[in-house]
Amino acid sequence: MSVDTRTSLLDLLREQLDLHGAKKGCDHGQCGACTILIDGQRANACLALAVAHDGAALTTVEGLADGDELSPLQQAFLDHDAFQCGYCTPGQLCSATAVLAELRQGWPSAVTPPGGEVQPTAEEIRERMSGNLCRCGAYANIVPAITEASS
Amino acid sequence: MSTTIAPAVGSGLRRVEGHEKLTGTARYAYEHHPQGELAYAVMVQSTIARGEVTAVNTEHAVAMAGVRAVIWAGNAPRLAEDTEGELAVLQSPRVAYRGQVVAIVIADSLEMAQRAAQRLEIEQAAETHDVVLREDHPGLYKPDKVNPTYPADTERGEFDAAWSEAEVTVDEVYRTPAEHNHPMEPHASVAAWREDGIILYDSNQGSFMAAQTLAKAFGFETEQVQVIAHHVGGGFGAKGTPRPPQIAAVMASQAVRRPVKLATTRQQMFALTGYRTPTIQRLRLGASPDGRLRAVAHDVYEQSSTVQEFAEQTALATRKMYDCVNTRTAHRLVRLDVPTPSWMRAPGECPGMFALESAIDELAIALGMDPIELRIANEPERDPESGLAFSSRNLVACLREGARRFGWAQRDPRPGLRRDGRWLSGTGVAASTYPARRRPSVATARVRDDRRFSVAIAAADIGTGARTVLTQIAADTLGVAPDRVVMEIGDSQFGQAMLAGGSMGTASWGSAVQAACARLRERIGDGTPEPGTEVRYDTAEDVEADAALSRHSFGAQFIKVRVDADSGEVHVARALGVFAAGRILNPLTARSQFIGGMTMGIGMALHEESLLDPQFGDYVNHDLAGYHIPSCADIEDIEAVWVDEHDERVNPLGAKGIGEIGIVGTAAAVASAVHHATGVRVRELPIVPPRLIALGPIL
Repeated sequence: MSVDTRTSLLDLLREQLDLHGAKKGCDHGQCGACTILIDGQRANACLALAVAHDGAALTTVEGLADGDELSPLQQAFLDHDAFQCGYCTPGQLCSATAVLAELRQGWPSAVTPPGGEVQPTAEEIRERMSGNLCRCGAYANIVPAITEASS
Repeated sequence: MSTTIAPAVGSGLRRVEGHEKLTGTARYAYEHHPQGELAYAVMVQSTIARGEVTAVNTEHAVAMAGVRAVIWAGNAPRLAEDTEGELAVLQSPRVAYRGQVVAIVIADSLEMAQRAAQRLEIEQAAETHDVVLREDHPGLYKPDKVNPTYPADTERGEFDAAWSEAEVTVDEVYRTPAEHNHPMEPHASVAAWREDGIILYDSNQGSFMAAQTLAKAFGFETEQVQVIAHHVGGGFGAKGTPRPPQIAAVMASQAVRRPVKLATTRQQMFALTGYRTPTIQRLRLGASPDGRLRAVAHDVYEQSSTVQEFAEQTALATRKMYDCVNTRTAHRLVRLDVPTPSWMRAPGECPGMFALESAIDELAIALGMDPIELRIANEPERDPESGLAFSSRNLVACLREGARRFGWAQRDPRPGLRRDGRWLSGTGVAASTYPARRRPSVATARVRDDRRFSVAIAAADIGTGARTVLTQIAADTLGVAPDRVVMEIGDSQFGQAMLAGGSMGTASWGSAVQAACARLRERIGDGTPEPGTEVRYDTAEDVEADAALSRHSFGAQFIKVRVDADSGEVHVARALGVFAAGRILNPLTARSQFIGGMTMGIGMALHEESLLDPQFGDYVNHDLAGYHIPSCADIEDIEAVWVDEHDERVNPLGAKGIGEIGIVGTAAAVASAVHHATGVRVRELPIVPPRLIALGPIL
């Protein structure tokens, strides 16, 4: 397909591919609602120009479930009521999916310096999920949901 | 029909739209594509705080690729003559605040519209502006009423005499800044204007009221305007009534005769979608040595725009909270060259209770009395303002239960004693309250062709769980399992309904749903449900007949903070809210509402402040990098619980609204905890390190 050179990945998904799961909350990379996975790593789709990602593998929230079956993370979000209005939720889920992979791979963070043993503690999850804002205030449910999905 | 099904109300039914929200298939306003070739609209804002737009070079912009139209005051479609205030978009060249809509660019793509908007040449004639609220501003006046219809000033007893005789007094000034609602979904609309009406996919808190307002502005009957808001990404008051962006979207569609998408940007929300007014509040509390309040005065100074009056009801809670014969409250307003303030979660109670509850804590210290016992000593038997009985009031139970859970009995009240390295810690408490009202609404219950039940009401689920609890109410009333109910909300064509505001949604909609379902069940009787059987119920007469009672929720908030003694950085280490809010319909979603409110209250206490630059009249921190709201790392240990409250009199459901009370009192509890930790009393929010350090020395 051909796209305007100014088009972000987020606008491409939402306006041209009818994949509206990724949300636009600020368009400046400040809220995380647009978080998707680009080649398996989390990124703000609003800050990525579409033309710069020709050939990349993109995973949006639409791609997390297995057919009608929610992923363990999605199911944990449902059970813990880890969302209210649902607008930050696609970004939270994509971000958390990547966080689980980062934890498994032992990536360092502000909580665990390089070389330290990475554990899926509440403190670690809070730190790694702080790029995804939730104005409804579901953090207290998001953290246990991710903790449950990490085990 | 079966009568052996376990009740749905009271169960933690998962959100009925959860699957859609978790898989990205729930469609929010901007994600609808009506028939016809779409155009994209972008709003252009004034860059002066007061003056006039003298010219817009539309020709240059329209010559750009893909641009369909540029409209401004010189060529905009005319709205109905009586369209007033913020809704009169582009009806005059006058500029009343920086950021006001002065033009709309409409183009074939978002990128084209944005580019043309950036390059649009606008000539503005600036005049001297005045944007700073002060308690000695010469323009201060007494509004006729405060939001929505309360008297601006009240007095009972004789404050002056009682104040002069009071043995223990507190006389302090508290300040709260402008704060912005910032739902995660910015305001967005997809408008399709036609000769015979409007279809608007919109992000709002009340589709019926939006349809009424838009119909009036664009010269249609309400039935000719359909407003649809199936999923709404938060509101917190900012989407309660139509704001300039909705008008702009419809007007843009009218101008180009195509469906138009218009999304407000996060930056534009600072000027165009309302905010909480800054407040300056003087509190005077006088007591006898036994802690009984003898004199209370609450004087409030706040702002509105020159466009329209919005008078926040900041001293409202002070009129009812404690038993004091001599109580005086007053609101003074000044009209500045600023955007128009509006509702933000618990307007009135939220800033007002920061001041009152901080002052109560200061009074407790002055008396040498425990702040919980001080509150209990002043507990009224009846509503002190109206003299009415409370439908129920369980503040004392909340304070006692919270104290037990929080280990309050072990608290040493002396400040600055608890230090662990750089970190000082302290605890604080505050009371919460919020009215529990309801308003008329219409619900329709119908037997579907598949013999399930459809229940329709123009309610809004802005994240509250409304769709889920209404499903539970309908299921129990019909005597069926929740999966037999298809709850339809968010469409103005379902009829008149209260908006999602004032914590009135569940009580208003729920009693209409309950009544419609009860009558449908009666009609079906023991027979087989016949598809198409339908009952419509309007609660207008029921609400009119509600007994005269004082209806309020109450709560108690307990906070533990730790404060970095070197930097002044404050963390909330523990937050506990105990609430008495009638019957809890769904403990899962109710808890989310409470902790969500408390989380926003922590933001109010520590982070949130819209900083207005007096020179340019603009909010300088106008994005989410500059306007800080709590992030995941800011919320460590937060819990909300409730006491059993059986209130048969509040309304037919026995339920009180819970969307707002969670934010009321949180900031006062944080400020009192900071004082307990450090010995420094912060009377101006938010409690950011420079403010705390400047007030020091920290112990």
